Amino acid sequence: MSDILQSLIDIVGEKGVSNEPEELWFYSRDPGVLAPHKPDYVVAPKTTEEVQKIVQLAGREKIPVVPMGNGMSLAGLVIPLKGGIVLDMKRMNKILEVNPMGRYAVMEGGTSQGALKSYLQKNHPTLRHSLPDAPPTTTIAANVSLHGQGRLTNQYGFNSDMVTGLEMVLPTGEICRIGSPSIGPYWFSKGPTLPDLSGLFLGWLGATGIITKVGLKLFPNKKIRDVELFVTDRVELVPQILYKLTHLEVCEDINVWFQPKPQMFLGNFHVTIFFTGDTEDEIEFKRKMIWDSLQEHMDAKDGGFMSVQYMKSTLLEMPGRTIADFADVPKGGGFEYSGPIALIEHYPQYAAKVVELAQKYNVLYASAARLISGGHAMMFSISFAFNRDDAAMMERVEKALDEAMTFALDMGGIPWKPNHKEQKMLLERMEPNARKLLLMIKKNLDPQGIMNPGNWEVNA
Amino acid sequence: MTTIRHIEHEQIVHRCFRCGYCKYPSDYSDFNCPSYKAFGWDTFAPGGRMWLTRAWLHGEIETSARFAEIMFSCVACDNCKDQCVFPKFKDFLPDIFQETRAELVGEGRIPPGVRDYFKAVAVSGNPYKLPQSERGDWAKGTGLKPYTNQKYLFYAGSVGSYDEVGKRMAQSVGKMLVDAGLSVGILGAEEGCDGNDVRALGEMGLFAQLAQANIDTFKAKGVKEIITLDPHALNTFKKDYPALGGKFKVQHYSEVLAELIKKKKIKLKAYPVKITYHDPCYLGRHQQIYSAPREILKAIPKAEFVEMHRHGANAFCCGGGGGNFFTDILGTAEDSASRVRVREAAETGASILAVACPNCAKMLTDAVKMENLEDRLEVLGLAEILERARK
Repeated sequence: MSDILQSLIDIVGEKGVSNEPEELWFYSRDPGVLAPHKPDYVVAPKTTEEVQKIVQLAGREKIPVVPMGNGMSLAGLVIPLKGGIVLDMKRMNKILEVNPMGRYAVMEGGTSQGALKSYLQKNHPTLRHSLPDAPPTTTIAANVSLHGQGRLTNQYGFNSDMVTGLEMVLPTGEICRIGSPSIGPYWFSKGPTLPDLSGLFLGWLGATGIITKVGLKLFPNKKIRDVELFVTDRVELVPQILYKLTHLEVCEDINVWFQPKPQMFLGNFHVTIFFTGDTEDEIEFKRKMIWDSLQEHMDAKDGGFMSVQYMKSTLLEMPGRTIADFADVPKGGGFEYSGPIALIEHYPQYAAKVVELAQKYNVLYASAARLISGGHAMMFSISFAFNRDDAAMMERVEKALDEAMTFALDMGGIPWKPNHKEQKMLLERMEPNARKLLLMIKKNLDPQGIMNPGNWEVNA
Repeated sequence: MTTIRHIEHEQIVHRCFRCGYCKYPSDYSDFNCPSYKAFGWDTFAPGGRMWLTRAWLHGEIETSARFAEIMFSCVACDNCKDQCVFPKFKDFLPDIFQETRAELVGEGRIPPGVRDYFKAVAVSGNPYKLPQSERGDWAKGTGLKPYTNQKYLFYAGSVGSYDEVGKRMAQSVGKMLVDAGLSVGILGAEEGCDGNDVRALGEMGLFAQLAQANIDTFKAKGVKEIITLDPHALNTFKKDYPALGGKFKVQHYSEVLAELIKKKKIKLKAYPVKITYHDPCYLGRHQQIYSAPREILKAIPKAEFVEMHRHGANAFCCGGGGGNFFTDILGTAEDSASRVRVREAAETGASILAVACPNCAKMLTDAVKMENLEDRLEVLGLAEILERARK
């Protein structure tokens, strides 16, 4: 047995470490199209102190460490590109505190989105968090680490904007609290009024440290949720429609989606509008506002509200279980998407590009955009499904996604959860002093380059 | 990609997205896959098994003790089948895992506990290696007679015939059926192992022999209707035996007792106690029988029935399904299914944890001891509870 394996066992016990071929094979890949790379060890810590000791060991031995939640980014962000240790964080899953009056929760980083949702439903039914549409196994730390979005993103911004404090294990092995918990016992602010140090970690994909605890904002869970679905076949009107809807300030979540299958959806752009209320009067008032705001488009016969009765429960379901269905449309177990953050006014160009790329590479597309912060931007997903048993199709999807990202950057968009190739594209275009600043941060926090290497590797 | 091994549903394995819905109940409150809960690696979750099976079929990973442990730690609870979000192939997940185990059996690379289980059943006719002649001893004092031409055959199964906890359960059911005036008999020393768990563990040859022997015996005796103690037996009698020519009307004892209570053949007096109920996987998710056990418990005057958080189709397995009752691959650590389950039962404040399966009864009785809950929680079969409430 190697010294490193024994040292890892000493830290987490035999049941917390594996270098068996089965775990090394599985943890070398994610469900996307990027090539796998094997780790040397998979380790599952249960406490912050165990994470600290593992990082200290990795630092001494100069071994890469890749923190992993459920590994569902689809962008290969937890593929250990340079081997080393994959840290499966899912055993750190305790919900530590809910402050109902302060509307925040504190939990270990490996807590799943599903577990938090369920816990709040059971113990604090008037509160909710911004649940992503990723599978419920997705962890809270991974989601904020990659600037995830959720059902409340239109109202309150990226899920990382909702962080109210962090506990980090730094690449040196030091444990560090960020925000109000660095000063006192309360987890209500990740930064303001202090210098916001959370930016040293959020969006860094584990390349500057490991999130072991997260404070997260909670929001009112209204008694009634409802949904309206506006449909138009005129893509050029979509930005105006979205502008009018966001002006109302009554919609908790707005998505725009289009897809060629099933054929009843082909050629139309579907604007799904979610809103909430504590009374039927409130719901009807908001519904009237939504309908009134788009009346001129209905009068002009450019679109109309579609009955949602037969798919209402599907649309309101959180997380949306049917979203994963796209992976099986080509009977094949996979899809991947590029999700640039872009201006709403660019929606028509992005929409055209999706169809163009799908035709060029002969792959199946779907697209769903989610509005961010009342319409300041949108996440525009360019999704392509593939058959995992068809290597050529997977290659075509990879090429289509590369081209999609080039297009997004040309349009002035910025990639969401960029894979290692997209990170390089982004850095090449970045203003040099901004790149220099990133380098400074990375070098100072992780001088040995052990944290998720291959990601955010900034060349001088 | 070249496939070097084959299973019947190999055309499906690549379609798993490993999204992980399969390891939860429908409200995502906790992990509902017993092996994932116990081992904590993604490889031990249904998605892990799907992806590893594909790698193994293609020769990307070799047969190993670890691979076998991963495959044989599945307790066949069917939660993954219910929770998977892919309607076009979700029903085949348990088949894929079973077929992979069968392939491993064919290669002769199985965990020692599984091997010993097969050997015991093959040699002794039961996993306990106890004499066949003692198989019907449990029925002494119950009033049950050997099956001749009664309306019903009461099938006790190996756990009900040999295990102390199982025998108590069988005795209480047997007495209840006799006292209610049912025309019922047992096979005693002529009863054979039902083979459900042998099949789940992938020994298809042994299963075929056991099933055929049982079918021949049932037919020779003129059996038409069977009441089973064990949901495992119920499952294979209903699901697998018909294809082998064994078509009988099969009911679980909970269905029969519920009916007898409705017909007032069993009369109950007040029994003020708080009871919760554990759904056995082979009765619930496999056979969709959820209401009969609850009807029984709710019929007891003054008894308070309370559900565990995970119940019905979302129930968490006791860990004894799919042969793990005998092979014990899940172990008895803090996160083993049975210990998690009794903690959940205790949270309800109930003093009785009702069970409808002798395997569950044994698993949970042991777990109550391990969790030091003996003063708070008693594990009892449905008929054992009825005995206390009978007029």
